[in-house]
Amino acid sequence: MSIQVMTYLFVGITFLLYISIAIKSRASSTSDFYIAGAHVPPLANGLATAADWMSAASFISMAGIISFMGRDGSVYLMGWTGGYVLLAMLIAPYLRDFGKFTVPDFIGERYYSQTARMVALLCAIFVSFTYVAGQMRGVGIVFSRFLEVDINLGVLIGMTIVFFYAVLGGMKGITYTQVAQYCVMIFAFMVPAIFISLLMTGSVIPQVGFGSELNPEYGGGYLLDRLDGLNQELGFAAYTESIRSKLDVFFITAALMFGTAGLPHVIIRFFTVPNVRAARKSALYALIFIAILYTTAPTIAAFARTNLINTVSNVEYSAMPEWFKTWEATNLISFEDKNNDGRIQYLADPETNELTVDRDIIVLANPEIAQLPNWVIALVAAGGLAAALSTAAGLLLVISSSISHDLLKSNLMPNISEKKELLSARIAIFFAVCIAGYFGMNPPGFVAEVVAFAFGLASSSFFPAIVLGIFYKRMNKEGAISGMLVGIIFTASYIIYYTFINPAADNAEGWWLGISPEGIGTLGTILNFFTAFVVCYFTSAPPEEVQAMVEDIRVPG
Amino acid sequence: MKHTEKDSPGYWQENIKILTILMSIWFIVSFLLGIVFVDQLDNIRFAGFKLGFWISQQGAIFIYVLLVYVYLKAMDKLDKKYKLNDEN
Repeated sequence: MSIQVMTYLFVGITFLLYISIAIKSRASSTSDFYIAGAHVPPLANGLATAADWMSAASFISMAGIISFMGRDGSVYLMGWTGGYVLLAMLIAPYLRDFGKFTVPDFIGERYYSQTARMVALLCAIFVSFTYVAGQMRGVGIVFSRFLEVDINLGVLIGMTIVFFYAVLGGMKGITYTQVAQYCVMIFAFMVPAIFISLLMTGSVIPQVGFGSELNPEYGGGYLLDRLDGLNQELGFAAYTESIRSKLDVFFITAALMFGTAGLPHVIIRFFTVPNVRAARKSALYALIFIAILYTTAPTIAAFARTNLINTVSNVEYSAMPEWFKTWEATNLISFEDKNNDGRIQYLADPETNELTVDRDIIVLANPEIAQLPNWVIALVAAGGLAAALSTAAGLLLVISSSISHDLLKSNLMPNISEKKELLSARIAIFFAVCIAGYFGMNPPGFVAEVVAFAFGLASSSFFPAIVLGIFYKRMNKEGAISGMLVGIIFTASYIIYYTFINPAADNAEGWWLGISPEGIGTLGTILNFFTAFVVCYFTSAPPEEVQAMVEDIRVPG
Repeated sequence: MKHTEKDSPGYWQENIKILTILMSIWFIVSFLLGIVFVDQLDNIRFAGFKLGFWISQQGAIFIYVLLVYVYLKAMDKLDKKYKLNDEN
């Protein structure tokens, strides 16, 4: 069977699986639609949270980014998993005890203010749309590269599938498809990793192979030493050395952590379990499932980079294996023979470097570069789609519940019947899918920058407001709202300045205090906390019933 | 019946104590071992790894899982002590 037929087969089977789950889990009430009736068992929620959390970027791009950044790629590994610890201990159990439907619900009630609810709602919608556009794009890219379908048609197919189970089942449908998607995704990620580790070091466990000696045909010696050497020979910094300043690494890691802990689509997953203990338990399961992928990604990064350099560096272009030509056709890899010697020079110096490699190739082409069997290559396509679709669905639900629940039910039309609210939630998700699809087909040129934006916003707005709402009973609406506004405005202005107004200054010398726009969310978060405390000090304490509510969510039951 | 802080005096203080300990470990591992003192740790080697590099790309994540596990167990114990059980 050819790779393409096999890919169609795998993708087809997984899609059928998702659709049949959707038909089995239709939502019949708003509680079903928003939080799956709060009946999801901890293990299932752990699996669903892991899939929800790990996006197309985690699956397709992260290993590649680390592969090219080496040591500095650690910010993503620690940032995205470390933030999860904050979520598990400081946020999830208490919000479960609060027991409502959305994050703006909590902000609105805790700060007894429709203004606070609206600020939270706008942040939730903005963060979610930013993210979902990237996911849809990911779906299109996987379709076009593996199945040779037009990228727009790919986005359309992805939209149809998500639409089907999100509209029918709401959170209930999304939860159980996410469980299936995690299984597909992790299998697709691990199989190539295990193969390549076995091939290069003889170790079945990639995390062990990462620290092992290479087989003689790959040059022998410890993998990481060999990679340091290869990098330096070609003029790059050693793989295990850092280039960025410590201060910036510190700030970026913290911004990713706070941002992760404030992402609404992940927080709402904890509303779906029956009780506080189940919320804690599913947080543990989810982190274990996430850790499997996150500890494997850096191993793939190192294996694939060693393999890539070995295969291409100073080798004749005409002797390149078939995968090189296929991926050249998609512009993910390109070769320009600057010195006309017919050989590929892959060097750090842009003047003499002849090879341009897109970071996504590390995961997408890894099985081919390592000459793994065809079915493994086909598996990667199904895995990438699972990662993108699961995250997209979670985000679309946030958008839909923000509109039907927070905007309509809690604000504009408090007397709306449950049936009508459910219908409007379905209509909202329909429009959200269409808008997301539009951005997937016509991506704004600044998708990557906007993602930094989403994290910065989530960290400088939601994280302090939620944590203070739980841990500081005296925090009032004046403090929380002014904190959120100061945090968002500061962070947004900094990012907008360096990405749109003065991109020329976007380098270590131009940054304020040497902090990159990626890391500025940390400062925004600190400013948010500080403003909230100062304003709160000078204004009156929250009403009795709000303080009683805080006392209630602090204790389970 | 809803339980609140007032029904179980001491519960919240003990909860905060658990969190303080676990979050301190979280901070030390992520920011001190994984970033600030990483170069010093890199002088220590085991298998093919420099210790600092290993912590920032592998070890920290294992510690995070362990922290959340310890949190779950500690909170279970605490809930039991105060006879809080919301599993019904």
